[in-house]
Amino acid sequence: MSALWGRRGAASQPTMVGEKAAVHPGREAIPEPRSAGRAEPTSVPKQLVVLSGKGGTGKTTVTAALGSMARRKVLADCDVDAPDLHLLLDLVPVSREVFRAGKEARIITERCCRCGLCTDYCRFDAIRATANGDGEKPLYVVDPVSCEGCGLCALVCTSKAVDMIEPERGHWMVSDTRLGPLVHARLAIGGENSGKLVTLVREQALTLARERHLDLVIVDGPPGVGCPVIASVAGADLVLAVTEPTVSGVHDLERLMTLVRTFKVPLAVCINKCDLNREMTTQIERLCAASEIEIVGRIAYDTTAVEAQVEARSIIEYNAGPMVDQLRAMWAGIENKLNIIVEE
Amino acid sequence: MRLVVASGKGGTGKTTLSVNLARALAPHETVGLLDCDVEEPNCHLFLNPDFDLMERVTSSVPVIDAEACTSCGLCARACEFHALVALPGVPLLLPELCHGCGACSYVCPEQAISDEEREIGWTGSGRVSGMYFRWGRLNVGQVLSTAVIRAVKHAEMLPPLDTLIMDAPPGVTCSAVETMRGADYAVLVTEPTPFGLHDLELAVETATQLGLPCGVVINRAGIGNTSVDDFCAARRIPILMKIAHQRSMAEACSRGEIMSAGDKSFAESLRSLAQDLRKRLSGQQNSELDDASHRVAV
Repeated sequence: MSALWGRRGAASQPTMVGEKAAVHPGREAIPEPRSAGRAEPTSVPKQLVVLSGKGGTGKTTVTAALGSMARRKVLADCDVDAPDLHLLLDLVPVSREVFRAGKEARIITERCCRCGLCTDYCRFDAIRATANGDGEKPLYVVDPVSCEGCGLCALVCTSKAVDMIEPERGHWMVSDTRLGPLVHARLAIGGENSGKLVTLVREQALTLARERHLDLVIVDGPPGVGCPVIASVAGADLVLAVTEPTVSGVHDLERLMTLVRTFKVPLAVCINKCDLNREMTTQIERLCAASEIEIVGRIAYDTTAVEAQVEARSIIEYNAGPMVDQLRAMWAGIENKLNIIVEE
Repeated sequence: MRLVVASGKGGTGKTTLSVNLARALAPHETVGLLDCDVEEPNCHLFLNPDFDLMERVTSSVPVIDAEACTSCGLCARACEFHALVALPGVPLLLPELCHGCGACSYVCPEQAISDEEREIGWTGSGRVSGMYFRWGRLNVGQVLSTAVIRAVKHAEMLPPLDTLIMDAPPGVTCSAVETMRGADYAVLVTEPTPFGLHDLELAVETATQLGLPCGVVINRAGIGNTSVDDFCAARRIPILMKIAHQRSMAEACSRGEIMSAGDKSFAESLRSLAQDLRKRLSGQQNSELDDASHRVAV
C-alpha cells in the first residue's frame, strides 16, 4: 500500500474524539454564539442545496468554493453514497455515530420448519431456497440486498423463525474544517435508506447552525433524482443546479427541474464548462428562460479545477485562473437570492 | 459475457464507455446494451432509438374498501414504511412511502385491502445501431429505482447475446448493487483525480463484496495525478484501458456523438478491451499479464 492510500484511508475513517472540537490553529474559528444582549430575531438558518441530476458536473467543486466565500455557515455533504467534499477540507473529527434505519429479515435456521411460506409471500424475491446436502427440504436464507425490511415474512411464519433486525446502515460524522463545521456521512455498501441518512445529515447540520447562530447551511447533494435527492430538496430554501452544456447535462437538468418544481423550492442554475458547447449552453438558457429560472453562474472550461482538487483546496483558496472571478460573481447572485428569500 | 460498467463517482464516463464499446462491437458480434441508470438515463441520447418507452413498470399500492374497514389500525401498525396512517375513519395512504410489500392486506382481519398497480416508471427496448438496446426511466418523484432496474434487467426479455453491457448508475448503494448483481465482470470507470480515486475505492469494495472480478478504465488520463495508478498497482487491480484527456472528446460527447463509430483506432482499442476481458473471464489470462496490458487509446 502506498503512503498516499494509507493517509487517505485514515482520513476517511475518523475516530471518536469526544464531544467538542479543540481549536486548531490556522482554521476558521467557529463563531461564538451571539451575545444574548443583542436584539437579534431568532432566525432560522437558510438551506442552500447544490444538485445536478447528472453526476460529475462539479457539485462538490462548486460547494467547496461557496463554502470558502460564505461567512457564517455549516457545510453538509449529503452525497452519502460517494462523499467527496471532505477530501478538500483537512478534517478534524468531532464525533462519529452509527446510523441505523429500517429493518432486515434473518431466518433462524434451528426454528425454521422449511415450509417455504415466507418465500411464497415475499414480493421482493428476497428469500431464497438453498439446496441442502442432507436430502431434506431446502434451507431458506434472506438476501439482505433484496430485502426491503417489510416484515411480511415474519408475519406469515408459523414457527417464529424470522427475526427482524435493525442493521447498521452507515455512519454520520461531525468534523471541524478550515471552512467551518462539516456534517457528513458514509452509507454502507449496497445500503438502503439513503434518503433517511440524507435527512439526518441535513437535520444535524441545521441543529448545529442554530446552536452556533450561523445563518446558512450549504448542502452538497447527490446525483440523480431518486430518494436521496428528494430527501435533499424537501424543505430547502434554494437549490443551485450545477449543469454542463452536454446532451446528458441538459436532459438530466430538465428532470431535476421537474422534481424541484414539485417541491416548490426556488431554483437557480450554474452552467459549468459553459464554453464547451455554445449551442447546448443556448439551449440551457432557453430552457431556464421559459421556466423563469435565473442563471446565476457561468463557469468556463478550465482544468485549474483539477489542480486545486489535487492540492486539496477549493478553487477560491487555490486562487488561480478565471474561475475565481466567475465563482465570486455567482456567489454574489446567490447571496442576493438568499436575501430576497429572507425578506419574503 | 455480461459486463457492468460502474463507478462510485458520477460523470466519469460510464455512459460514454458503454455506448462506444457497444457500438465498436456491434458490427462483429451480437451486443446488448442496458441503460440501468433509470434516474438519469443517457444512453438513448447517443443512440437516438426510434422506439419509445412502451412498457409500464408498476408497483402495487393498497386500496382500502371503506365499507369493510373497521378502522382497527392493524394495517398501519404492520406497515414498516409508515405509508399508512391510522385515522378515525379509513387509514390514510401516503403512496410515495409505500413499497408494495402487501403486509397491510395480509394483516387486515376484514380483508378490506386489495392491491392496485401504480405506475413508477417505463422501459423500452429494440434494435438500434446494430445492437439490442433496452432502457428504463423512473418517473420523477418516485423512489423505487431498483424496481425499474429489475425491469430493465429482466432476463426473459433479452435475446441471446455474445456480450451484454450494463451501464450502471453512479454510487454504491442499492441501485448500483442491483445493476452489478449477476454480471461476470465489473469495468470501473474513473478519472485520475482525488475524487475519482476515493470513489473508485468504494466501487472496488462494492465489486469485491459482490464477488465480482473488476478492472479499471482511466478516463481523462493525463489530468490530475497518478494516485489511481498507484492504488491499482498496490491492490493488483488491472488497468484495462486509459483514455487520454482531450477537449475534442469532451466536445464530441457534449453533442451526443459516438466516437467509436468514426474513429477506427478508438473502436479497435475498445474491441481489444472486450477481447482482453473475454480472456480474463475464460481464465486463459496469466496473472502476470495483469500489469502488462495497459492500453492507451487516442
